[in-house]
Amino acid sequence: MQPRVLVFAGSNRSGACSGKVAALAVQLLAVEAVLAVAVAVFYDTTFRTPVLTVGVALVATVGIAAAGAVYGALAARLRSGTTLLPLLLLPLLAPVLIGATRGFEVALGREAGPGWPWVALLGIFAVVYLTLGALLFRPLLEDA
Amino acid sequence: MTVDNPTTGAGRPPGAASDRPTGPPTTGSTATRVLGVISLVGIAALVVLGVFLTPADAELGDTIRILYMHVPTVSTAYLAFVITAIASVMYLWKRTEFWDLLAASSAELGVLFFALTILNGMLWGKITWGVFWRWEPRLTTTAVLMLTYVGYLAVRQIPNDTRTRGTISAVIGIMAVVNIPITHKAVDWWRGLHQEKTIFGTVDPDMKGLQLFTAYLGLTVFLVLFSWLLIHRFRVAWLAERAADVGVDAAIAERRAERAVPSSAGGAS
Repeated sequence: MQPRVLVFAGSNRSGACSGKVAALAVQLLAVEAVLAVAVAVFYDTTFRTPVLTVGVALVATVGIAAAGAVYGALAARLRSGTTLLPLLLLPLLAPVLIGATRGFEVALGREAGPGWPWVALLGIFAVVYLTLGALLFRPLLEDA
Repeated sequence: MTVDNPTTGAGRPPGAASDRPTGPPTTGSTATRVLGVISLVGIAALVVLGVFLTPADAELGDTIRILYMHVPTVSTAYLAFVITAIASVMYLWKRTEFWDLLAASSAELGVLFFALTILNGMLWGKITWGVFWRWEPRLTTTAVLMLTYVGYLAVRQIPNDTRTRGTISAVIGIMAVVNIPITHKAVDWWRGLHQEKTIFGTVDPDMKGLQLFTAYLGLTVFLVLFSWLLIHRFRVAWLAERAADVGVDAAIAERRAERAVPSSAGGAS
């Protein structure tokens, strides 16, 4: 649902933002759950540290959803926004994707070393994107 | 399109708003000329010092001469992107054209200096690693940061009203600045091939004497050069907006004149 529709439906703007982030996060987590099963079946993968795997997936998803909600609202105001959205969003999310990949490498036993620092780093990204998203969603809905 | 003198308003079409802000008819001023002279003299001094007078480094050899340009260009680019972010915040707060154009002008120059950084970094890579490019952490995050700001500039080119364009680009300008510390810390977080230390935590701290002086001269010269270019770019952007305003005003006046002619002709009959 478009964030503007949420506002017209009576939600306040910060509520629309958090609702959009939550909806995106749930969709992404559902896709990740299906992919995890597919990876386990087709690639014969053993999840040695399931807590770390879930931790990395959760915080990375929140970061991606927070940035995605803001850029989604932004792209909706642009001509050919749907084409531009991945081009704008992918560079912004690249550090999250790299961090999550490194975290999964540790979680799946492909890389030695501690995995929780990656979760902490991804958590920082998530907090930063959530904060910026909450602050920037309002002007985007009002003026753009 | 009629473009009148932005200072005097001469040639302004009928119906044009007279309360629109006007700027100087030129982008030059005494201050910019002084900055320009300092920049050019400084660049000449940097070339003489960096290429001819400083000794080769014991470890890096002659490739250290590339660092005299590499560190200043990347530092200036970071500064430009930070200015873009601050101006974007100010635009969302104050909603004035000044902050929007300042953010855009600074981002353009940031991309220019960042492109120079990547180019001279590639030269250093070719000499040191044997290849122009490797997908190692610092280079990858640098390419990503460059793409982010190219996207910012692309969004600004999409036709839109000025307020929407300003808001959207301000949001991107603020979100994108998050990638700067990530690019800077990429060497520590994701171990790679890139040089670990340079000035202000990034030029080799073992630099001494003329080498260190040249490195700091490079930083100073590029900061002055950036200031010079930023003032000019901002003024060009400002004048372009004024010219666009005049074009819109002229079009409105023409339509009004077209509508007025048939009605007055009808009244006469």
